Amino acid sequence: MTALERPADPPLLPETFTRWFAQRGWTPRAHQLELLSRARDGRSVLLIAPTGGGKTLAGFLPSLVELSSLYLSPQKRGEGKKTGLHTLYISPLKALAVDIARNLETPVAEMGLPVRIETRTGDTPTSKRQRQRRDPPDILLTTPEQLALLLASADAPYLFGTLKRVILDELHALVTSKRGDLLSLGLARLFRLAPGLATVGLSATVAEPEDLSRFLVPQPEHGEARADLVIADGGAEPRVTMMEPGEHLPWAGHSARHAFPQIYELIKQHKMTLVFVNTRSQAEMIFHALWHLNEDTLAIALHHGSLDVEQRRKVETAMAGGKLRAVVCTSSLDLGIDWGDIDLVVNVGAPKGASRLLQRIGRANHRLDEPSRGILVPANRFEVLECRAAIGAVADRAQDTPPLRIGALDVLAQHVLGAACGEAFLSDELYREVRTAAPYNGLTRTDFDATVDFVATGGYALKAYERFAKIRQNKDGRWRVSHPMVAQRYRMNVGTIVEADMLKVRLVRSRSGGAGRTGPIARGGRVLGEVEEYFVEMLTPGDTFVFAGEILKYEALVENEVYVSRSTATDPKVPSYEGGKFPLSTYLADRVRGIMAEPKQWSVLPEPVRQWLEIQQLRSRVPARHELLVETFPRAGKHYLVCYPFEGRLAHVTLGMLLTRRLERAGLKPLGFVANEYALAVWGLGDIGLRISRRELSLPALFDQDMLGDDLEAWLLESSLMKRTFRTCAIIAGLIERRFPGEEKSRRQVTISTDLIYDVLRKHQPDHVLLRAARADAATGLLDIKRLGEMLSRVRGRIIHKSLECVSPLAVPVMLEIGREAVFGEASETIMAEAADDLIREAME
Amino acid sequence: MAPAATLTVAGVDFVADPAGAIYWPEQGLLAVADLHLEKGSSFAERRVLLPPYDTAATLARLAQLVARYTPRTVTALGDSFHDRRGPSRLEDGDRASLTAMQHGRDWIWITGNHDPDPAEGIGGEFMDVLKLGAITFRHQPESGAGGEIAGHLHPVARVAGRGRAVSRRCFARDETRMVMPAFGSYAGGLNVRNRAFASVFETLDFTAHMLGERRIYAVAARQCLPD
Repeated sequence: MTALERPADPPLLPETFTRWFAQRGWTPRAHQLELLSRARDGRSVLLIAPTGGGKTLAGFLPSLVELSSLYLSPQKRGEGKKTGLHTLYISPLKALAVDIARNLETPVAEMGLPVRIETRTGDTPTSKRQRQRRDPPDILLTTPEQLALLLASADAPYLFGTLKRVILDELHALVTSKRGDLLSLGLARLFRLAPGLATVGLSATVAEPEDLSRFLVPQPEHGEARADLVIADGGAEPRVTMMEPGEHLPWAGHSARHAFPQIYELIKQHKMTLVFVNTRSQAEMIFHALWHLNEDTLAIALHHGSLDVEQRRKVETAMAGGKLRAVVCTSSLDLGIDWGDIDLVVNVGAPKGASRLLQRIGRANHRLDEPSRGILVPANRFEVLECRAAIGAVADRAQDTPPLRIGALDVLAQHVLGAACGEAFLSDELYREVRTAAPYNGLTRTDFDATVDFVATGGYALKAYERFAKIRQNKDGRWRVSHPMVAQRYRMNVGTIVEADMLKVRLVRSRSGGAGRTGPIARGGRVLGEVEEYFVEMLTPGDTFVFAGEILKYEALVENEVYVSRSTATDPKVPSYEGGKFPLSTYLADRVRGIMAEPKQWSVLPEPVRQWLEIQQLRSRVPARHELLVETFPRAGKHYLVCYPFEGRLAHVTLGMLLTRRLERAGLKPLGFVANEYALAVWGLGDIGLRISRRELSLPALFDQDMLGDDLEAWLLESSLMKRTFRTCAIIAGLIERRFPGEEKSRRQVTISTDLIYDVLRKHQPDHVLLRAARADAATGLLDIKRLGEMLSRVRGRIIHKSLECVSPLAVPVMLEIGREAVFGEASETIMAEAADDLIREAME
Repeated sequence: MAPAATLTVAGVDFVADPAGAIYWPEQGLLAVADLHLEKGSSFAERRVLLPPYDTAATLARLAQLVARYTPRTVTALGDSFHDRRGPSRLEDGDRASLTAMQHGRDWIWITGNHDPDPAEGIGGEFMDVLKLGAITFRHQPESGAGGEIAGHLHPVARVAGRGRAVSRRCFARDETRMVMPAFGSYAGGLNVRNRAFASVFETLDFTAHMLGERRIYAVAARQCLPD
């Protein structure tokens, strides 16, 4: 058939579908039709649309239309449905996959489409999973981890050979983590198994949509390929305001206690409010406080990642059913479907990033033609500046999502093992395939081979383990697992989410008498949720903390469970503020510096904040946009250095670690430091200011980028953050196994500690592939080295020193963190020395 | 040279080294516990491919101590190898450095639960218990045994201060007995507040001597944090 003879294209939306839309009183949206048209041309598409834009339906329409024409066309009717798997939908959340499946059933049933839709998650029974392999549904909804598992089996070519489309939901969220790396590798494999495959990516607005669109298509050897971009109408401008802080705006802290009554009033005035906070403990605290104020007994609920899953599901169902007036939540509700009819979003604390804030506020009001409403509640003075910067960013529709990741080597190692569990692979072929995944497009052959070597025998310079290889090459050169046990272990450990070791929190009756070891603990209370092991490590029996909305008393650690009882205390003893997962975005930080640098902009700021900056101007200096202000002053017999890089707490902690090393070498006897999102304070016995004024200590040299060389290396050697990072890589890469619930803690005596492995490996093979993976993570993760490097380069030649008589207004917030936040320094030895001194005092008194 | 502490057990003064060993000057005896040599390769047999450098690392640290104290006798208090096949998996280089250390001195392997039988090719003598004067060296502590120096439990102490906790290997000691820290590079640890220590020390009236970088810190057991 030539082009001329080709009949006119049938309408994009078949009769059945048009009727269905009409029955519902809907008209197909422009982007839904656009997606259908691209799909008909076999194109892969990235759809960018706000929440409530009919995004999910848009993603599925092409598949439903194709399936309907397959099944309803006269030729196919009655032919028995042996078409195989047609569409794969991948979501970051198991619950989302289940929910979308349920929502899809409605149009499918109403249009009478004989389409089979099934989910596959960790909860799917084994029998159903086996059946799905033999007799796959038309549409399968699943998660990245389940996809990896499906691919790591010999029947993957059969299962995916018929695949026509992959729909990737919440793509903006998936690609920012190692889960995105794993997904990209799975996608690369799917493109090879199903040559006619096209993808649909569904995403919220991102900073670089073209960059993101590369994720959806196989990348060529040279240059780059992109999916088509369809951008839906953005809808009404969101209305974002800042809660006017009263006179008592705190200098520091993150509790926003002063604003609780106002937040309560807002909840009363709205149908349904989401109160977003940055950390679990903040969520706990606000929830607790709101119930204290809750004279009207409004239905206010709590939702965060550490709560028991059942409890979270209950809250979600109640929300969807319109039974709640407010939910206090963390990023646990950042993703997901329509959680009921929300008409207000309150964001407590620092917004951290413009895109994140926009997505949160988008949760309010899912009708496109009406603006969503958000109110920002700053908890301290700096947060006022950050909220102001965020409101400006929203008005400019600015986005600050991070760029596409460079694929991690530990994830690649997991994928390589998976590939050897499935069909055996040839190195050359797998290398080519892996490089078609956008995050791995720049992977060198050397790194690839090192990774395969790691999977096979550990990748050690000392070739001790040939006989214990996990994968081996056959005579045909193909790699296969050497033992079924290896494949079994792969399946147990698949995935990239490595939680901190979590302990169950169980509510028991308090031991009578309180102190001492008398009296048994009642067993068998209710499980409230889970807390990180490192949090429990800080507690001693009798300490009180807030969890699951209650003040609890720590009783004991029994096997793997934390026993707690209800406490009558009114103030928890352990504040447990964790810096928060997300650092202030570079973009917002720049806007904050911009506001500070322009006194003209101060007029919009609340009175206390304006005064604060004005006095700072008088006493010291308000830094210009690209300057680094360094203040020095004496206080209570110690000498302080405070600087203001505005690069987030993680980067500041790294900077603090490195600066103290340098000050130590300069003989200034640093004692410790503390950091917040905006500033860093270091103190010691030596007069830092005097030494700078006398030109004996050079600030440019102190802040030189060369600190990221030897000093960094020396610190990484002992950094507990680095060890945590290494542990994650070791688990993902399959060097060691995850600890599963129920495993006895005391078994650790015989199991292996990754800290010890790290120490030994670092000494004997510092260029090992796992150490390189950990270092790459440290650059952007817990240590934020990359950002620190960019800051040091930005401020070169622009460091301003102010030698002051006393603390400046700008320094007060970070100085107040002393005593609230962990103080870093030569701590380990000091802590032991102090504990030992206590013993001496006890003996002498 | 690292400043060492003096730890007294049953009236005998021992020099305790921050590396995790004790030296008995009168007897010219150096004692270490729980070397767990070839733990890495033991895991590798089960295809957990830990870095194979642990034996070399442990032996190198031991060699430093031998050079520092030039003992007449070295005794390893059991679990010197992580499993029975450990000695046969020793790399040639590691075997050579072991032989070099043993040259010109007595070497006593006390048997442990991981290495209950005498082994070939690693030199030394094998004993279940070594008694010298008031002191009994054995692997597993026995309840009520005065003058005993043992290993097996891998004591670790945890103390808190300045908003965080520090955990280190330690000697657990009272006037009558002592449990030595594990010396092996891959040997894990058990908190001294764990109930396993209750059968060794009836009360919390014992001291955890924590291993610092350059010195040993004595901390009362009741002041140590449980896990």
